[in-house]
Amino acid sequence: MENDSSGQIRMMQGNQACAEGALAAGCRFFAGYPITPSSEIAEHLSVALPKLGGKFIQMEDEIAAMGAIIGASLAGMKSLTATSGPGFSLKQENIGYAGMAEVPCVVINVMRGGPSTGMPTLPAQMDVQQARWGSHGDRGVIVLVADSAQESYEQTIRAFNLAEKYMTPVILLLDEIVGHTTEKVIIPERSEYEIIDRKKPDLPPDKYLPYRETEDLIPVLATFGTGYKYNVTGLCHNETGFPTNDPAIIGAQIKRLTDKIIIHKKDIIRNRMVMLEDAEIAIFAYGSVARSARSALAKCREAGIKAGLFQPTVLWPFPEDDIREVAGRVKGFVVPEMNMGQMAREVERACRRDTPVHRLNRVDGQPITPGEIVDLIKGVV
Amino acid sequence: MFNYLEYIRESNFPHIWCAGCGDGIILKALIRAIDKLGMSRDESVMVSGIGCSSRTPGYMDINTLHTTHGRALPFATGVKLANPDLKVIVITGDGDATAIGGNHFIHAARRNIDLTVLLYNNYIYGMTGGQCSPMTPVGSKASTAQHGNLEPSFNTSGLAIAAGASFVARTDVYHVQQCEKFISKALQKKGFSLVEIMTPCPTAYGRRNKMANPVTMMEWLKDNMVPVAKYDKMTDQEREGKVSAGILCDIDKAEFTAEYDKLIKKVRTE
Repeated sequence: MENDSSGQIRMMQGNQACAEGALAAGCRFFAGYPITPSSEIAEHLSVALPKLGGKFIQMEDEIAAMGAIIGASLAGMKSLTATSGPGFSLKQENIGYAGMAEVPCVVINVMRGGPSTGMPTLPAQMDVQQARWGSHGDRGVIVLVADSAQESYEQTIRAFNLAEKYMTPVILLLDEIVGHTTEKVIIPERSEYEIIDRKKPDLPPDKYLPYRETEDLIPVLATFGTGYKYNVTGLCHNETGFPTNDPAIIGAQIKRLTDKIIIHKKDIIRNRMVMLEDAEIAIFAYGSVARSARSALAKCREAGIKAGLFQPTVLWPFPEDDIREVAGRVKGFVVPEMNMGQMAREVERACRRDTPVHRLNRVDGQPITPGEIVDLIKGVV
Repeated sequence: MFNYLEYIRESNFPHIWCAGCGDGIILKALIRAIDKLGMSRDESVMVSGIGCSSRTPGYMDINTLHTTHGRALPFATGVKLANPDLKVIVITGDGDATAIGGNHFIHAARRNIDLTVLLYNNYIYGMTGGQCSPMTPVGSKASTAQHGNLEPSFNTSGLAIAAGASFVARTDVYHVQQCEKFISKALQKKGFSLVEIMTPCPTAYGRRNKMANPVTMMEWLKDNMVPVAKYDKMTDQEREGKVSAGILCDIDKAEFTAEYDKLIKKVRTE
């Protein structure tokens, strides 16, 4: 791995940290299209990738960028694209293709306010449900979220690892605050993190079936040009990769696309639990809002309020079981979000009405402050 | 007799194309061209979009990538740029390449990336039942132009030349030896190469335009495809209803993936 900066402490933007994390993960292909507030990821990689023998290309539009990274991945390169709200909408069809054809790749969406062109330079968390349900059809998805430049670096590496391990597109969500805040990043030593590469076929070409159902439900796709001639399509397909209209095969394939994420959810889901052991009220917060929540938590504890923080670093699959467990111990959840309550509804669903969920929503492009969270908590306890 | 079986995925036959469709003629011409050039199929990838034409790769024993509607060129760009040693052939249709994929079409030509594009032009959206495409001639009928099409069509080959392609040729499935020859030339060209191949769709186009019989459509190609040297000397009146055939552009210039490799060498020695 060509990463000469390990162990260093550096100042960098969240966006730059994503680019650096991608290189550390072994990403050697980036295709993108300019869009605020994510363009720094592309700009940084346009400089860095050719120096490592990798490829950067600015495509004619967002759709093309998504298509190009799927093609590059099938040709054997770990591939990344980065975008923001409107671009994320445009990419959805090809994200669904990568899900259906099970091609590993990573999509970073630095969230800005919407709908439509919305607020190009202001933060929001309005794409968290789109990340789950944005493309048509039904399949399991993996969506990570980062709250800082440090976590942007680490989560980008994890996004590549999960993509390669589960043969699926992985979405990493930042919000504009995280993407554009310059802060300290400790570049981890190579020994501190794992790098996962997709499996290679262990059968000769004449015995190889790309979409053969395996015990772990994850297919093994050969790299184009390595002697395994097979078909990749977005149509419902059988184990050979060719289109089929057989209801039994179609049903099993679509079910497997969901199951291959769900049966591995314990390996995928990671939460940060802060002071939840004795907590009476739990804050559910992610992204930049989790930083305000940590500050709010300290203020609450100073005031004698037993608050705790549940911070998911994986939004999808949703940590339903973990929320359910915490819900049994606390008197209520507080869910501050820079949207109209997109994840609060998931928390409510997990609590099954046994535990009240209090929402705090800002959709004006302004960050949620610790004071706002403290005020809400004081109001409910 | 040429043995096609070595090159096809026999288990995927019978094919989906209608009786009288010209797409199988192109498939066979492509196979013969690949065979004569001695191309390695392990190191070749066929990428297609959506539509009747785009089902071609599925019948060939080669690395095949059947993508989303109009997007074959971006996927192919990713494959080629990630591994320039791969020979990448793109199969597309008039609707796929010039309507939904129009933006990718002009930009892939502009970049002059080394892709061989076979554009099957049958004047219609065949797979979805005969809607008009950007190539449907003015006055022709389609399921979404039942009173006759009002919109002028693209000069697709001209568009590719203007955008920056290295090699552009137009041919048809009646003149099948020419078709094979142009495909072969396109495969050998380093740069963006396009072969626009006129192919009949009696089911979706002919049926609505007094050419329901496949033989009538073949005769139309025989009578109306005019060698480009002759076409150039014709008056506008004589050109009415005729289509020029031949090599329309063949130039050598900087190819994108080769230029990228030079860039890598440059930045690594700086």
